[in-house]
Amino acid sequence: MIETVNLVKNFGELGVLRGISETIHKGEVVSIIGPSGSGKSTFLRCLNLLEMPTSGKVIFDGVNLMDKDVDINLHRQKMGMVFQQFNVFPHLTVKENITLAPVLLKKKSKAQADKLADDLLGRIGLSDKADEHPRRLSGGQKQRLAIVRALAMEPEVMLFDEPTSALDPEMVGEVLQVIKDLVQGGMTCIIVTHEMGFAREVSTRVLFMDDGLIEEQGSPEQIFENPKSPRTREFLSKVLR
Amino acid sequence: MSLTTIAENIVKILQNYWQIFLIKGVGITLLLSAITVFFGAIFGSVLAFAKMSRFRIIRLPVSFFIELIRGTPILLQLYIGYFIVPQMLPALGMSDFASISVALIINSSCYMSEVVRSGIQAVDKTQTEAARSLGLNSSQTMLKVVLPQAVKNILPALGNEFIMIIKETSLASTFFIGDLMTSYLVVKGKTYLSLESLIIVGAIYFALTFSLSKLIGGFERKLKTSD
Repeated sequence: MIETVNLVKNFGELGVLRGISETIHKGEVVSIIGPSGSGKSTFLRCLNLLEMPTSGKVIFDGVNLMDKDVDINLHRQKMGMVFQQFNVFPHLTVKENITLAPVLLKKKSKAQADKLADDLLGRIGLSDKADEHPRRLSGGQKQRLAIVRALAMEPEVMLFDEPTSALDPEMVGEVLQVIKDLVQGGMTCIIVTHEMGFAREVSTRVLFMDDGLIEEQGSPEQIFENPKSPRTREFLSKVLR
Repeated sequence: MSLTTIAENIVKILQNYWQIFLIKGVGITLLLSAITVFFGAIFGSVLAFAKMSRFRIIRLPVSFFIELIRGTPILLQLYIGYFIVPQMLPALGMSDFASISVALIINSSCYMSEVVRSGIQAVDKTQTEAARSLGLNSSQTMLKVVLPQAVKNILPALGNEFIMIIKETSLASTFFIGDLMTSYLVVKGKTYLSLESLIIVGAIYFALTFSLSKLIGGFERKLKTSD
């Protein structure tokens, strides 16, 4: 579904991604773990070109997104993204946050989008907040809203960029539950996370990134119980106490 | 000259000439300021977008023009508007009021372009990222996500610009446009009472700007609570 070929991203002199070739298949749930500054988020943001790679290819549904004549906006509609800081739209109501993109991009009529928004809000238990502004929501509620805002575009894949890192501890669970439900529904997910227990539980595959490269990858059992690379072992021994 | 004489003179002047100050003077000052703010905001927004353009060929000359206007005295620009432009373009047949308005509009457009630009750039970049990640293109993102949030930053600043312009229009009295400061010149000419006329004009300017700034303050608080 998504394939990167020798993906390189430099910020000035700094090589953040140093040539990543990786394929993510439909139905996979891939967690990306690794120390800060290892390039996890940059890699994720390169997949929908929020970050423009310096060189290499990003192939999505058979199309190289880096080709000049590709309309990236059309492809982004099929790749939902959830951010660490939620980034809900403060000037719109909860419901308008969800319906804005599907209506504006003519994927749905206003009535269809409203109905979908009601369904989605019901699923995350925020039906009673539909007409309020997001400033009244807690962090966990904002992040759940951000997730269904992305889902309203009916994407083929969801990209999560540390979705629980900015949350108070007691709100992490409710957000992870929404992601788990998505995974159980068969959504292809790529998740950059520091929640090792969660990564282990939901992932079909775990990538350990270090210094701009995928140092090691494998099934959750293999990575968490039997890591081969010394870097992976060192990292896991620090984060799993 | 004792304080009582001054007070008596002020009362006398007001009894005889209040229309010149309050109707003609205040009227023209407010009209000139309103015209300037209205068109200044429109052209200022155009300049702001031009300055944020991707294309250097648009961005560079616009930036230079803004710097030029902001870097030269407004009185000089008014002189150019009043004397030179009508000479160069006599076909336009502009009235004095019109040529001064144009000069003020050009000046305030350049200041407002910075207000608009900083208002837009103050909207968190992550809002743009979120909108783009949903598949919105850059103009949809600007129109539906960034601008509605930027307006809250821009409106109070536009109010302050209005206050600035009310004071700046006093320079137009150099050309006897009929604004509030011109009414000082007129009344002083008739009564030879300079200080008293100045006190009256000063009090009116202050009443205008002070009440406006209170109004804007209230409006700003209202915007904040609706955030």
